[in-house]
Amino acid sequence: MKENLILKVKNLNVKLDGQDIIKDLSFEVKEGDVLTILGPNGAGKTVLLKTLLGILPYQGEIFWKPKIKIGYVPQRLPFIKDIPLNVKEFFELKGISKQKAKEILNLVGLKKDFLNKKIGDLSSGQFQRILIAWALSKDPDVLLFDEPTTGIDIAGQKTIYHLLKELKEKRNLTIFMVTHDLSVVYKFSNFVICLNKCPICQGTPKEILSPEILEKLYGHEVKFYEHHRH
Amino acid sequence: MDFQFFLSLICGIFIGGVAGFLGTLMLSKRMALVAGPLGHLTLPGIALALIYGFDVSLGAFPFVILGIILIWLFEIKTKLPMEALTAIVFALGVAIAFLFLPIEKAERALVGDITKVSFGETIITAILCLFIFLIIKKIYSQMVLINISEDLAKAEGINVKKYNFVYLFCIAIIVALGVKMVGGLLTAALVAIPAASSRNLSKNLFQYTLLAKVFGGISSILGILFFKITGLPAGPLIIIVSGLIFLISMIFKR
Repeated sequence: MKENLILKVKNLNVKLDGQDIIKDLSFEVKEGDVLTILGPNGAGKTVLLKTLLGILPYQGEIFWKPKIKIGYVPQRLPFIKDIPLNVKEFFELKGISKQKAKEILNLVGLKKDFLNKKIGDLSSGQFQRILIAWALSKDPDVLLFDEPTTGIDIAGQKTIYHLLKELKEKRNLTIFMVTHDLSVVYKFSNFVICLNKCPICQGTPKEILSPEILEKLYGHEVKFYEHHRH
Repeated sequence: MDFQFFLSLICGIFIGGVAGFLGTLMLSKRMALVAGPLGHLTLPGIALALIYGFDVSLGAFPFVILGIILIWLFEIKTKLPMEALTAIVFALGVAIAFLFLPIEKAERALVGDITKVSFGETIITAILCLFIFLIIKKIYSQMVLINISEDLAKAEGINVKKYNFVYLFCIAIIVALGVKMVGGLLTAALVAIPAASSRNLSKNLFQYTLLAKVFGGISSILGILFFKITGLPAGPLIIIVSGLIFLISMIFKR
């Protein structure tokens, strides 16, 4: 494996219930990359993340750089609100001490009094921050991030991406994220993989975000306007 | 206080407390109702135990194991909802039991009897409960994580299948012990109600598990006490006390 490569995927195939979800996908990720996985609903984006995590069975080759630590931020956790659980206890579930939890909360911009708050009482933006902190709490080298801003208002989304950008610089993270937000891809990501059951294309955002490719990906015309700064 | 009464109380506190503790996991995994069909399925086993005069829990145990295998197969092989399983297994358990259960022993099979428990049984019950308590304590964090999200748990390197197996094993033992106390019909209540009451009042996991154990234990104590005073069957009394605690918890719900 080349020196600064963190992941190499070759001829990856994933089948679920007899259906091809990912077909013949190959790509490489370098240290410090921000990789975006783009595609319509049901294209296999979440499946790709889970496969990379080693949760799902696959054929082909997935080579992580040895001794790499991966943090995972799932898309939704609908059942967590059924359990009376405060933030401190949520961290304790994976053996993180109160002191460490306090530090990591600080890193994602939450005060330490959040430790005693019930998870069910948090806003979706606060909860998303907690999930990021949770994923970061064992000091991973790579962060896998499934739709970071689902259910968060626009103001909240901006701060989440701002936070990710800041964390990436501070901790030299490599980030994989699934998102539908094309403006984020443009501003934040340096490598894009498009999925629609089979790999359609990969490259830098400038190469990918052309009307032709987006149409091919989503099956109809998608216009992308770069937002002007206010 | 006579010795028999004391033994009943000891058994009640142990079974009630540990069942309440286990219930906190079952409630969050939406599996509280599974204890229902498991309990019902033990009825033929209880019937055999009562006819041939051996320990009720011992008779119940193989049937609980059978039930757990059934549930496991049901989850994998079909897409039917859990309610369907409850209906099927409930009817089968009762039907088979009443093929050969003498009717004068029916009450004990259906609603249990802890008030005649022997010294040896009490010792075994206490040891088993302690053992299950320690196992639950050991797997608790991982099980909560699995309940929140299996993917998240797997990403943390937790062997979900192994933990689920140990968890089901704990359920089997507790149901087998529970039928001795409250019978095949009411065992589900033993795990579901204390945890539900506790959830109403708790704002964190520590309070949730603590209150569930306490409510489970107190229900048993008061139920057995009311039996002593009124002479009514202890099993139903225990469940009724537990239900009353739940109603009170609704008033103070957070």
